[in-house]
Amino acid sequence: MADAPEKTELTTAPDVDLTAVPDVVAEVPPALVAQSLGEYVRAWVSRISAGESGVLPVVVAMVAIVVVFWTISPNHVFLSAVNLVNLFQQSAVIMVLAMAEGFALVLGEIDLSVGFVGACGAAITVQLVQPLTTNWPWWAAIIAGLGFCAAFGAIQGTLITRLRLPSFIVTLAGFLIANGLFLIILAFGPFSGYPNLQGFSNNLKIVYNLMWGTIDPTISWVLAAVVVAGVGFSMWLSDHRRRTSGLVAPPASLTFIKIGLIAAVAIVVVAICNTNRAVFGVLEGVPWVIPIVLAVLGAWTILLQRTKYGRYVYAIGGNPEAARRAGVDLAVVRTVGFALCSMTAGMGMMLYASLLGGMNNNVQGGQYVLFAVAAAVIGGTSLMGGRGKPLHGVLGGLVIGGIYNGMYLQGYSFEAQYIVTGLVLLGAVTIDALSRRGATSGSVSRI
Amino acid sequence: MTAAVARASAKAEPLLQVRELDKHFGPVQALYHVNLDLPAGKVTALVGDNGAGKSVLTKCISGVYQVDHGQFLWEGKEAHIRSTRDAARLGIETVYQDLALADNLDIVQNMFLGRERTRSGLLDEDNMERAAAETLAGLRVTTVRSIRQPVASLSGGQRQSIAVAKAVMWNSKLVIMDEPTAALGVVQTKQVLDLTRRLRDRGLAVMVISHNLNDVFEVADRIAVMYLGRLVIQEDASTFDRQSVVEYMTTGGLSRSDGRRAREN
Repeated sequence: MADAPEKTELTTAPDVDLTAVPDVVAEVPPALVAQSLGEYVRAWVSRISAGESGVLPVVVAMVAIVVVFWTISPNHVFLSAVNLVNLFQQSAVIMVLAMAEGFALVLGEIDLSVGFVGACGAAITVQLVQPLTTNWPWWAAIIAGLGFCAAFGAIQGTLITRLRLPSFIVTLAGFLIANGLFLIILAFGPFSGYPNLQGFSNNLKIVYNLMWGTIDPTISWVLAAVVVAGVGFSMWLSDHRRRTSGLVAPPASLTFIKIGLIAAVAIVVVAICNTNRAVFGVLEGVPWVIPIVLAVLGAWTILLQRTKYGRYVYAIGGNPEAARRAGVDLAVVRTVGFALCSMTAGMGMMLYASLLGGMNNNVQGGQYVLFAVAAAVIGGTSLMGGRGKPLHGVLGGLVIGGIYNGMYLQGYSFEAQYIVTGLVLLGAVTIDALSRRGATSGSVSRI
Repeated sequence: MTAAVARASAKAEPLLQVRELDKHFGPVQALYHVNLDLPAGKVTALVGDNGAGKSVLTKCISGVYQVDHGQFLWEGKEAHIRSTRDAARLGIETVYQDLALADNLDIVQNMFLGRERTRSGLLDEDNMERAAAETLAGLRVTTVRSIRQPVASLSGGQRQSIAVAKAVMWNSKLVIMDEPTAALGVVQTKQVLDLTRRLRDRGLAVMVISHNLNDVFEVADRIAVMYLGRLVIQEDASTFDRQSVVEYMTTGGLSRSDGRRAREN
């Protein structure tokens, strides 16, 4: 920093003026200027040692969970194909809810209502497809359920932004209201009892299959290949475009390593899913829920990282005043954020309804809110706003799902499961706060 | 209203003329018949004690506040500034002392915040990155190593430079800088003042609000002094010395000549 600008020529390589000021070198995230694979690895190591670990902790946590539960589970059943697919199906609900919560968290707010608002939406969908009453087509029922959620979220968002009420309180009230509405909607159940998804109606089956349907093994391979090729090609294309237009781009080898990793994950997942998981008969193929979660992940990643709207969400989370002065309509962006949060929660709880095979009054809406927040934070989303990605929700959801699944296999009680989840959440929040504090003290010392 | 065009510098027509501006908040009269000229290619320093109305005047010009009475003449024609968008459309950009950058976004993202370029609906990052790099190079802000680093990792002077670069990116004609050197060290202050001069040399009108008379005398071509919501004097910087500026700031006039009149008003 400490160099006189007039000494600097326009075309001077940045390194030249930096030699005079060693402290700047320490400030710059090295990954941004690394050109070779070796430099990238060094940059990565230095970033981790500086406390900017990205998704590393959650990956470490996942490996630890796998190793521990694989070792202690009876007959090492934790890593069996049946259990892994099971685990993914259970985690999928938490993943989608965590992606929902991500909208609120990145905005610097919180939404405590996701569990029951989502449950309301799911209950509406399940009710509407009941052949004996309304018998709506499945797609119309899903749209109606998600529409309800979006409207509920928009109302909460409006109260928060227009009346400037704290999101914590508004969504806590929303949580209670939605809980009540949920029970009312359930009471419309056909004749007596709660609505379920068992039956021969095609609409029932499709909603039931959101979680339980499987894709034919051959088609699974083809779809996986198409997805990997598509993602890989777009990654390569964007790097290539940067390189040809003279911008700093990561080395091609790094891009290929990333694409290779994605391909490896895809192969492992499809291979696991394609093993016959049934005790009697045949149960194989990738469950529908995997492409559903990937679609939500892809859509929200593009929305948040590649569109103006997403940019404004991050800007508001980082510094609302800067966003306001830049002409961003804070109220609209926030309200839409809450609507998207609730709508995504509706998707998550629809998966849950499918997992349960119906809806009943045992749905733990409150517990699922905590899972959603915990998963997002464990994945690397900050509670302080401005930092977080949909991918964090997916990774964090796997961790929480893994803990639950593993403890269930061990026969631990619900009490122990609650306590462990609480401790994991505390740990994740602590890491978030500490890394944030480290960054702040760093920037203060730089001034 | 035209009678008040008394002290306008007679040379060329100023880029922005503020005429008879009034602004009150409830019973508090914050601005009182303020007249101010901001000529192109000059740095005008706006000074005054705390509560003199500098910030309110700045916010009226940049469209944050709406004026109660008064007139803006932009390039000689009457203009209405009712919102920050109106101001931006005319070419008025404000560099705020604080709160102007989002720490979690990188330099390019901050510079284009609110005016992102898109291609078929998605952000055109490469295009924005190139344009940001060009602007920074043009202003000779070369101390940042990568324009993809988050603003949180920048020093105070670098942040101020980015904020200025952000303001001039939009073909702005008038740049208002609110306390640009507060909270900066000596070297960084020099950097920002150099940048201010470069803006002037490009033919922009620059208004600098500052408490620091060292900076004012170093960079300003013209000095305007506010006192209790009034603009008491605006002249070439060479006609002032440190003593007289302080006297205008604290008493609204020079004790020998018109100080008493200002106080009576």
